[in-house]
Amino acid sequence: MSFDVAAIRAQFPLLQRDVGGKPLAYLDNAATTQKPQAVIDALIDFYTQCNANVHRGAHHLSDEATRRYEKSRDIMAQFLNAQHREEVIWTSGTTEAINLVANGVGQLFKAGDEIIVTELEHHANLVTWQQACKRSGATLKICPIFDTGELDIDAFDALLSENTRLVALPHVSNALGTINPIAHISKKAKQKGAWVLVDGAQGIAHGDVDVQEIGCDFYVFSGHKLFGPTGIGVLWGRKELLEIWPVWQTGGEMISDVNYQNATWGDLPNRLEAGTPNIAGVIGLGAAVTWFSALDMKAMQAHEQDLLEYATNCAHKLEGMRIVGTAPNKIGVMSFQLDNAHPADIGFILDKQGVAIRTGDNCAQPLMKRLGLPGTARASFSIYNTRKDIDQLFEALKKAKQMLA
Amino acid sequence: MQLPTSTEIVEDLAFFDDWEQRYQYIIDLGKQIPGLSAEAKTSEKLVKGCQSNVWLDYHLHDAKFQFDVDSDAVIVQGLLVLVLSAYHDKSAHEILDFDMDAYFKALDLERHITPTRGNGLRAIVGKIRQIASVV
Ligand SMILES: Cc1ncc(COP(=O)(O)O)c(C=O)c1O
Repeated sequence: MSFDVAAIRAQFPLLQRDVGGKPLAYLDNAATTQKPQAVIDALIDFYTQCNANVHRGAHHLSDEATRRYEKSRDIMAQFLNAQHREEVIWTSGTTEAINLVANGVGQLFKAGDEIIVTELEHHANLVTWQQACKRSGATLKICPIFDTGELDIDAFDALLSENTRLVALPHVSNALGTINPIAHISKKAKQKGAWVLVDGAQGIAHGDVDVQEIGCDFYVFSGHKLFGPTGIGVLWGRKELLEIWPVWQTGGEMISDVNYQNATWGDLPNRLEAGTPNIAGVIGLGAAVTWFSALDMKAMQAHEQDLLEYATNCAHKLEGMRIVGTAPNKIGVMSFQLDNAHPADIGFILDKQGVAIRTGDNCAQPLMKRLGLPGTARASFSIYNTRKDIDQLFEALKKAKQMLA
Repeated sequence: MQLPTSTEIVEDLAFFDDWEQRYQYIIDLGKQIPGLSAEAKTSEKLVKGCQSNVWLDYHLHDAKFQFDVDSDAVIVQGLLVLVLSAYHDKSAHEILDFDMDAYFKALDLERHITPTRGNGLRAIVGKIRQIASVV
């Protein structure tokens, strides 16, 4: 089955606009994806038809809002193949989900415990564990990578020990695009009795994530990188673990009984969702997942790989261009350097030609240092991109080369 | 350091009718200034912006500020020349009186001075104004 990109593009109103008179080539999808009409409609519909607070009103609207809100949880649980719907906890995004785990099970860490992260980490999955270690006295271990951007699995094996309490790693590197062997790593970590948290921010929109098949304990991601709204994300966690969790944020919704001196906690998922949630965001994300799940995943992945291959070939033909991150197993992310051109300069000149990319440290300063780079320019592709976008990118890059020469 | 005046720059840039010529002009300005030596690029002189490093050095001569700047991105360096053309060899009073937002608006380069995340240029304007205000 072929993948009808034109039909998909047509569902994204923003992609129809131009930028300063140039057609938009949106190649910053690792930062955030654009939203299909189905998601925009779900948000409008919520605010125009059924806005009310959830779980509390004794009225029709509140019931309806609650039903839609909880329906999204079912949709998400099914999408991730979670065993229980209450394993889906709504957060504001990847960052909050990681902080929730670090302030939850992180409270159980003590001196002598070890946490393993990787050299690939986005700041969200590095600084959060670094600080949790400082609070608890646990030690942070860093799993090295090869220059290609692949994890050094032998080194990982050597770091893993009886003292390892948690392994936290990205499903996919945001800076380099590497797809990590998360199922393999989860299996090894479990054999030592360690928990595994997968930062799925970049993994979720690129293929079928099945949390049971992966075998991790936590999988976290942001809705906005999955065609959904900003300000909403997911912590999926194994029920047994979420239940032993010392609560972190307290307030309305998450309690069972309260008196002036004491309180007891409610059941999952409410127990971990203090306060009024991002109701519209949850409903919008539910719409995004419904929309996304209806696509042919195999065809979608083939399309993305075609874009990556096409772009990589163009890069090899452009003199002075070097791709950073050359793992054989990559999603559609192309970080690169151009001789004698600072990434910021490339970004400015591409922007003038309607091409949107990311430039800088990619929120991974230690990784950039590890690679000996001040930063990179990064083009990242999504399902609605075409070879034409990539042609526009390379035309723009040729111009940048010429102007900066 | 010999710099064009801000008035000259506004006139020069108004003369071009497409972005390419304008950016080429900024790039060429950036390439013209000597920059700082490697030893002078110390961390105290670093004005951190998210997208590129910027260093700023200064001294006073006859109560007028003499600035030296450097950046590892040449367009940023060119933009720094635009900023310095307003501030270089000026008194504290002249510096604090200068309306940088209006100047960048006149240059049609507001995007580079508006407070988006990681904007080193705004940081440098702030730094220079701070230097001028404590003297
Ligand atoms: C790998 C990875 N982890 C974490 C994050 C943080 O996501 P958010 O800012 O949506 O919380 C990102 C986003 O850029 C990411 O790419």
